[in-house]
Amino acid sequence: MNLQLNPDGSLRHLLTLDGLPRTILTHILDTAESFMDVGEREVKKVPLLRGKSIFNLFFEPSTRTRTTFEIAAKRLSADVVNLNIATSSQTKGEAILDTVDNLAAMHADMFIVRHAQSGAAHFIARNVAPHISVVNAGDGRHSHPTQGLLDMFTIRRFKGEFHNLTVAIVGDVLHSRVARSQIHALTTLGVPEVRVIAPKTLLPTGVEQMGVKVYHDLEAGLHGCDVIITLRLQSERMKGALLPSAQEYFKFFGLTPAKLALAKPDAIVMHPGPMNRGVEIDSEVADGPQSVILPQVTYGIAVRMAVMAILAGGTTA
Amino acid sequence: MPASLPDANTLITRLADAIAPTLTPNTFIVGIHTGGVWVAERLHVLLRCTQPLGTLDISFYRDDFSRIGLHPQVKPSNLPVDLEGRDILLVDDVLHSGRTVRAAMNELFDYGRPASIRLAVLVDRGGHELPIRPDFAGHTLTVPSNQNINLSRLDDGHLTLTLA
Repeated sequence: MNLQLNPDGSLRHLLTLDGLPRTILTHILDTAESFMDVGEREVKKVPLLRGKSIFNLFFEPSTRTRTTFEIAAKRLSADVVNLNIATSSQTKGEAILDTVDNLAAMHADMFIVRHAQSGAAHFIARNVAPHISVVNAGDGRHSHPTQGLLDMFTIRRFKGEFHNLTVAIVGDVLHSRVARSQIHALTTLGVPEVRVIAPKTLLPTGVEQMGVKVYHDLEAGLHGCDVIITLRLQSERMKGALLPSAQEYFKFFGLTPAKLALAKPDAIVMHPGPMNRGVEIDSEVADGPQSVILPQVTYGIAVRMAVMAILAGGTTA
Repeated sequence: MPASLPDANTLITRLADAIAPTLTPNTFIVGIHTGGVWVAERLHVLLRCTQPLGTLDISFYRDDFSRIGLHPQVKPSNLPVDLEGRDILLVDDVLHSGRTVRAAMNELFDYGRPASIRLAVLVDRGGHELPIRPDFAGHTLTVPSNQNINLSRLDDGHLTLTLA
């Protein structure tokens, strides 16, 4: 049984993009498109989720993801409660399910879950009441589906189609839940060539089996690309000596204007944030005309609105 | 009963004739997706309206969202002018319960405060559940609640009303 789909094939939870059919991905992207103008109106709200309670359960700190989920929920007129559990009851030793049960007893309708452990959102989804939906806002190294979706939305907005693109994901794929979500989504949406470009020490074993082409040389990998996704060098997650130094990394894998010139002239540059300027990306590229990093943030709100609206509409009140 | 449904294109001409004397330079025509937009497009041409045409998808304002969820094909609303102080002519194909019109008015007010809103429908089929009545109706009849009137459009743009 697929935990994140209802028996009729509609979305029940959003936990991972792995195994989600193209129809659902496209439906989310199309719905996000129609939420795009809400942020520009006199009243930046639609009444869709009026009376629903959405809990942001952040077991791991995050500013941007939590804020965009909060704004998205508020633009749908939901009531939002933010819980930074790393600093509250977890430190008092409360088990995750006790936390969740207590919040469910407060009549929660949806949980947005961020956790350092892979599988945490799945675990909660498996144990919640039938009317509650769970959205994975990042679990360990495993998955970050709304980030993957907003990246697809960004690509579609700037490039129109997926079927004629070459997309490169550059950097710390090993520690990146974002990269996994992107690869699944790009493949499902029909991108013919997905490349990962990274030093051997920052690639998970068997990454080729996800249907990607592996490059260890940035210059060779960027040649002819339409979309370049730079990943954050997750130095805080790095255990042991995977890299000599950040300076060394920038020398070989940092995206500079000279290296960007090897991709197609109209290539776009993306980054899930937060950026390490001068490590994985040069400031001149990050702030340059080919960068779509700030539009990604704006689109993230519309995409999260779409996910929450689709999930909340699928449950019976 | 099906044979008695009038020709949609004749009704639109009749509707335009009724609306024409009330039109001001400040009038902004807004059609409700999908059938209302088809009717509004025709009226926009027949009335030689100089303002752009607005379209509204009320999916995010429906009162039955929590029961039936989001419509699978939501289209963006497109209101190209500032609504503040405008006279709006809201156009739909069929008036039934009035809930679509209520949702449309709620959405319009989130874009600004219009001076007035008037409602034009191709067919008023009765069965109202809210105190909402059309200012202009191409045709008025009573249809049993278990039947629906649908407006469809052929590739050549020809509009047809059917009862099912």
